[in-house]
Amino acid sequence: MDLKLGHYNKDGIEVVDVEGEIDVYTAPRLRELLIDLVNKNNYQLVVNMEKVEFLDSTGLGVLVGGLKRVRAHDGSLDLVCTQERILKIFRITGLTKVFGIHETVDGAIAAKKSEK
Amino acid sequence: MPAGPDEMATVEVTFTPLPAHVRTARLVAAAVARRSGVDEALLAEVRLAVGEACSRAVEAHQRHCPAEPVKIEMTDQGERFVVVVSDHAPTSTAPAAGTVAGTNGHGVSQGGPASTAALVQGADDAGIPAGFGLAVISGLADDVRVSSTSSGVSVRMSWPSAAATA
Repeated sequence: MDLKLGHYNKDGIEVVDVEGEIDVYTAPRLRELLIDLVNKNNYQLVVNMEKVEFLDSTGLGVLVGGLKRVRAHDGSLDLVCTQERILKIFRITGLTKVFGIHETVDGAIAAKKSEK
Repeated sequence: MPAGPDEMATVEVTFTPLPAHVRTARLVAAAVARRSGVDEALLAEVRLAVGEACSRAVEAHQRHCPAEPVKIEMTDQGERFVVVVSDHAPTSTAPAAGTVAGTNGHGVSQGGPASTAALVQGADDAGIPAGFGLAVISGLADDVRVSSTSSGVSVRMSWPSAAATA
């Protein structure tokens, strides 16, 4: 399955919906979207990965790159993910300590607001 | 024709080093693994590990030899399902030769939590640092060997197959 991307603003936080497979072929599209959002002054991002079917290290790299970009503006990039097969790659790489990972979009937004 | 009892069944795939073909390669690997009797619970790991190895090879070929195909060999060796992904890129850009000890999917032997800070630091618009894909593979396959020769790099990975679990 190809990659489908969408985004919307909720309570001042930009939520990115990702659906499909994030790999070496599709990851550049996600990278472009994250860069575009940051360039438009969106520094509080939540990436909803509940409909992601596949994620590899290229996709991880894009997420880490996005995190670096928002952090440069004192922002943050959190993830929504409950799928074990996706969470496993974050655990293998130790990135569970780098990203805030939440079970729901509302939970991620609430956590961001409480940090402010 | 089915392989005889003493004959190893091998499926070989070569593909043009384009990112779009990596998905096809990993789906083929998962299909062959299933046919070889690899446990259903391990198929996602086979798919991801082969995808990582192919992504690394594609990147190396695009940089050095875009006309050369990437090769995958998948062999049912009875108790093990073995996948070898080979490239023909110059070894100067290759990962260090040798054996990467796998951890049976329960941790990492490279690039794990200890190097996460380096990963975040090293990431840029081009992605994560080279070699991180291999660290992911080592966390997925319980036996990973990376061989570097003058003709390129091969990544050999294996998982238990039907005979091992019977």
